[in-house]
Amino acid sequence: MSQQTDHLADKARRQFLTKATGVAAATVVAPGVFLHSVGNAAPREEPVNDSVRWGMLIDTSKCADGCNDCVAACDKENGLDQLIKPEGASEEQWDMQRPRWIRSVKLKNNLTGRVTTLPMMCQHCEHPPCVDVCPTGASFRRADGIVMVDRHTCIGCRYCMMACPYNARSFIHENVQLKPTATPRGKGCVESCNLCVHRLDNGLNTTACQEACDKGAIVFGDLRDPESAVSQALAKYPAVQIRADLKLNTGVRYTDV
Amino acid sequence: MKKIHYREWGIDSPRYWGLLAVLAAIVAIGGFATLFMEHEGHWVTGMTNQIVWGTPHVFAIFLIVAASGALNVASIGSVFGQKMYKPLARLSGLMAITLLVGGLIVLVLDLGQPSRLIVAMTTYNFKSIFAWNIYLYVGFIAIVAVYLFTMMERKANDYSKGVGVLAFVWRLALTTGTGSIFGFLVARQGYDAAIMAPMFIIMSFAYGLALYLLVLMFTFNTDSRPLGDKLIRRLKNLLGVFVAAIFYFTVVYHLTNLYGTENHAYEAFILRDGGVYTWTFWIGWVLLGMIAPMGILFHPALGMQRGAITIAALLVVLGGLSAIYVIVIGGQAFPMSMFPGYTVVESGYYDGVNGMARHYSPSLPEFLLGLGGFALALLVTFIGVRIMQFLPSSLSDDVTDPHHAS
Ligand code: SF4
Ligand code: SF4
Repeated sequence: MSQQTDHLADKARRQFLTKATGVAAATVVAPGVFLHSVGNAAPREEPVNDSVRWGMLIDTSKCADGCNDCVAACDKENGLDQLIKPEGASEEQWDMQRPRWIRSVKLKNNLTGRVTTLPMMCQHCEHPPCVDVCPTGASFRRADGIVMVDRHTCIGCRYCMMACPYNARSFIHENVQLKPTATPRGKGCVESCNLCVHRLDNGLNTTACQEACDKGAIVFGDLRDPESAVSQALAKYPAVQIRADLKLNTGVRYTDV
Repeated sequence: MKKIHYREWGIDSPRYWGLLAVLAAIVAIGGFATLFMEHEGHWVTGMTNQIVWGTPHVFAIFLIVAASGALNVASIGSVFGQKMYKPLARLSGLMAITLLVGGLIVLVLDLGQPSRLIVAMTTYNFKSIFAWNIYLYVGFIAIVAVYLFTMMERKANDYSKGVGVLAFVWRLALTTGTGSIFGFLVARQGYDAAIMAPMFIIMSFAYGLALYLLVLMFTFNTDSRPLGDKLIRRLKNLLGVFVAAIFYFTVVYHLTNLYGTENHAYEAFILRDGGVYTWTFWIGWVLLGMIAPMGILFHPALGMQRGAITIAALLVVLGGLSAIYVIVIGGQAFPMSMFPGYTVVESGYYDGVNGMARHYSPSLPEFLLGLGGFALALLVTFIGVRIMQFLPSSLSDDVTDPHHAS
């Protein structure tokens, strides 16, 4: 097993190295992109290891009804807003086929009638069903807890989408015209929230959605570090996992649901 | 029992070529549909991020399941020593291969990246039942090919029984593997049932035998080979028993689901409120696929007529496609219960808002691809029986039945 982890870490590093040039160039061309970056941000040079586990706590009580900020930020960050509806596709069909990494969901408690809104995305399971079923190993979990898809080995079988309990994944149904550097994308592959891995690999420690949420509903950070904001918040408030019965030990937790 | 002789299919040339041309045209149309889908992307299909497996999967799974079932006829002869089935074994092996190839091609061509098939063959994740299935399928084709060889080459005849047993065991594993594809989807209510795997095995028996009977009667009829009533009666009774067994499993499956409260909503969806899925279940799967064929096959008069048996077998095939449609697509259309105890009132990603089912309407290219797989399986079968000796010269009752008083 450790061998496999190493292999994945390795793979992630190789990928990272190939991508890094593109991202670094982007930093030079458009320094504004990383305006929010912390002072000492630098590309990661070590392979990822499990001394960190990235995760999130979402405080649903702060999540405002009708707010779409995190969704818009994610769409922008990962180039989802650059996808164009194929000519001839109906609006309705396109809406069901376009990729979406994060979405806002409004829930009503069947007993109390209380209404909650929350963002849903890949929960970065410790035991991800999407990884178990993937025939090629394209769907993989990095040592630092990020679950993502290797775009070069994904054959587009969509078995991971069948297996994910959170409906977190999207399939690219159409030809892709504009390819963002940070998020490689291609027709016929599956993708999902990767916790803005390109940011993390460049030394940042924020995600686009967290940054966009000015209500402070999203706390992101290292679950293994007891001092991190997310660990502190988790220690303070009772948080739950969605579909905890599946025992996936998700990296994304919610309070107040 | 007389010695069995085998002969190439003797249908006259114009009809043979005509038949091939029609099938080849259907295959070609399926090919064009595939090119179109691959070029444009899956947006031209009815598939979405919610219904990720569409009509091609229905056809592919049906053909794969039927393939292992088609081998049954041979297994009854070699594994269970039923002499009457011995002469039927070659065609059975051939169809097992052709149906599997037809199904796999559909499956592969529906991938988002079919050109990366080589990745799928070289990079494995051994935890994935899907990856195991690739081995199971390839192994099945190889073993059945060897099995055919041991039957057709006199010098290898002695090994036939052993290979036959291996092929039988392998086919059980293969169908279990196919059924388990669904069994592993813990999050989806309709799939997470242990009964899924045995149900797929019994379905494979019926669908494979139905297709086998159709091809057998068609090929024997077209070149006027004798096909005894006794044999047909045996086969059609067997088909009836298999269909009855599916009936039993269907009832048990839904009853056990009704027993567990957490599955009530899913059951209500399939059995009562699911719209097209409810209709497909009751009309396609139950009425046309099980009740009607059982009525025909066990009817004292109708069950004796070849025409009626043909219709019954066709109905079993139709019912099979309906059953797989309900399982594959109905199972996805029913919204996953992501937030037990809550109702989703709004969602940016169709999370079953107010319990509403996800929408899917099959598109023509998907259907054509599936049909193309079917046509390909038949095309290869017909070429096979024409150029090689798969079909016995006669299956009249005095040939197949040692006790027949002629
Ligand atoms: S939420 Fe879905 S996509 Fe994300 S790790 Fe879990 S199973 Fe995989
Ligand atoms: S679609 Fe891609 S990532 Fe998902 S299971 Fe198939 S190969 Fe793996």
